[in-house]
Amino acid sequence: MATTTNAPASAPPGQRPAGTPAATVNKPRRSVLEHVRLVISYRELLVGMVRKELKVKYKNSALGFVWSMLNPAMYLVVFYVVFQIVLANGIPYFPIFLLSGLLAWNLFSVTLGAATGSIVGNASLVNKVYFPREILPLAAVGANLVHFFLQGIVLVLGMIVFRFDVELRYLWLAVPALLVLLVLTAAVAIFLACANVYARDTQHLLELALLAWFWMTPIVYPFGLVADSLANQGLSGTVALVNPMTSIVLAFQRAFYGILFLPADKGGAAILPDESPLWFLRNLAVVGVISLVLLVLAVRLFDRLEANFAEEL
Amino acid sequence: MAAIELHQVSKRFRVNHQRHSDLKGRVLNLGRRAPREDFWALQELSFEVADGETVGLLGHNGSGKSTLLKCVAGIMQPSTGYIKTVGRTASLLELGAGFHPELTGRENVFMNGQILGLKNRDIERRFDEIVAFAELEQFIDQQVKHYSSGMYVRLGFAVATNVDPDVLLIDEVLAVGDEAFQRKCLERIRRFQREGRTMMFVSHSPELVRQICDRAVVLDHGEMIGIGPPGESIRTFRESLMRGTRARQLHGEDVVDDQADQLVASEVPALDPDAAPPPAIDLASFEVRITRVRMDYPLADERDFLVPGDPLRIKVGYHAVRRIDDVVFSLNVVNGDGLLVYGVNTDHLLGGLEYVEGDGTLEFSFDRIPLLDGIYTVSIGIHSHDVSTIYDHHSAGHTFQVTNPGIAAGMVALDASVTIDHASDRQVAG
Repeated sequence: MATTTNAPASAPPGQRPAGTPAATVNKPRRSVLEHVRLVISYRELLVGMVRKELKVKYKNSALGFVWSMLNPAMYLVVFYVVFQIVLANGIPYFPIFLLSGLLAWNLFSVTLGAATGSIVGNASLVNKVYFPREILPLAAVGANLVHFFLQGIVLVLGMIVFRFDVELRYLWLAVPALLVLLVLTAAVAIFLACANVYARDTQHLLELALLAWFWMTPIVYPFGLVADSLANQGLSGTVALVNPMTSIVLAFQRAFYGILFLPADKGGAAILPDESPLWFLRNLAVVGVISLVLLVLAVRLFDRLEANFAEEL
Repeated sequence: MAAIELHQVSKRFRVNHQRHSDLKGRVLNLGRRAPREDFWALQELSFEVADGETVGLLGHNGSGKSTLLKCVAGIMQPSTGYIKTVGRTASLLELGAGFHPELTGRENVFMNGQILGLKNRDIERRFDEIVAFAELEQFIDQQVKHYSSGMYVRLGFAVATNVDPDVLLIDEVLAVGDEAFQRKCLERIRRFQREGRTMMFVSHSPELVRQICDRAVVLDHGEMIGIGPPGESIRTFRESLMRGTRARQLHGEDVVDDQADQLVASEVPALDPDAAPPPAIDLASFEVRITRVRMDYPLADERDFLVPGDPLRIKVGYHAVRRIDDVVFSLNVVNGDGLLVYGVNTDHLLGGLEYVEGDGTLEFSFDRIPLLDGIYTVSIGIHSHDVSTIYDHHSAGHTFQVTNPGIAAGMVALDASVTIDHASDRQVAG
């Protein structure tokens, strides 16, 4: 019933109540927690930067955002032709299988490519104005998250075109998988962004590393194939989970694709591990914890290195 | 309350003699550590800027002014110590205010606003004012990479001063842009001061610092060698420039410091009036020689500078090898920019000297020197009436310095006073 008249104790920047401006302290080191707080207080800028990334990318292009969707659409067509028709690998609904994993991979790899150059590429800003520098790699994550959803539309369209029946029961697995993927991507993105300031060929090294990493992750070929050949060597399939992207990609494939075995007339081999959702969740949890640790380490490294960004650029 | 507080702030730069910004270089040089040198751009600076105060930063090139401003702005972090700023800080460093070349002026205004912590609707509200101030109405939707440097600075200044900052940091931006815009900027800065905002200000122009600042900090090789009222600081600054120039000359180095060149110009460092005169020009016939030149500051007991209005005596010792009748002593006073301030000779003053012979002293005396700040070079010549023979000539090396404790700007101390006549009061009074 009462109308409260007291002003908020700490208004967001820009609406600071007059007379009680917040103090900023510029000192040699900041804790991880301070970095988190800084980023949160600059969230409007983060959103603005994401928007800028998207805008600059499609500036002067007629199709604009459609390009984001054409890339996976092209993959879909090419891989469908090569693997399903020419090589006849026998995986049913292969384009759906491929795209389920590829979405996650694209978010990861394209973000890293963009984040690596983000600080060097924005030297004009870094040298002239203050804002938390980690906003730059994080904006790359944000922009590619938008692309992720755009490409998700292609996946949905693909499902409609190929009349694919989605198993709604496991769809929720995509949510924790995406969260873990974002943490892992952010950690590596922040690491690469500051490393590249000091060693500019990080960019080129990254391209090579990503190429190898892509083929080490069961995106084009099924995990079942790897697990089988590992079993032949007397090893458990979990060895393949050393690659954190494997756990993430598997969870996406389980969520969107969900076909566990090849049809009986093709030999009935495993495509995805025949495990309960808890198995997938457990793997995600392990990767999630590792990613969080990596993120903390990345932020600490960033904190050490950012002091001299302005002079290195 | 202090708006900016520096506590023992130091900034170290690592100078790598061989930079390896690629992996190959790093790997090849692994173990063999690249020779590194520490360079302290700022050394243990501690001072406070009060809320609403305007503080200027003076110093030679490479004295750490810009580094200091960048640290206060948060663009660089100090190596030790900390800097506390209260409220929103906007900065204008060198050219441009941090624009993304691919984006339009409009988009950049928004991004800059966001960087400074404004909400989008706040930026929208100020947008028209910003564009009007920058005079960029026609160009605001063009990518800023197509802007001229003047347009760049205008937009940067307009954004930084229209986002309602509590602290404004300005680095030498007023040097760019045409005169009309400079005036506009100064007006805006004055308004800022009236509104009680805090400013920190780097300028190569001591005049501007005197006009605008309440106090000024003088930096020399990263150390603070002075803080105080602008007049005092400007003097400290000039002295440090001259010490620097002299030290380098003693080491036989060329004087390459732009500012020293600018400020000390041809003045050659000779602060004390009895310094040995430099070699005379070749043309001189030396039948009459200048043996010494001495500046007397009758009113300035301990000081080695004048304040505007002080008397000055310039004593010229001479030696003539024989009696010479056709002789004129002339004197020119030149300011730091090489501009002739005053020129006179003994013909004008005495209606002509009769002769010189043997040793003697001639004295030019000024009851008052109505000059404001600067280091003035006195050149003295002895020549025949038709200047066909130059006996001797000192064109540099003799200087006197005027330091203006007041805040009047310019070159000449015109004695001004002011009265005001309130017409309405008179009517009331009858």
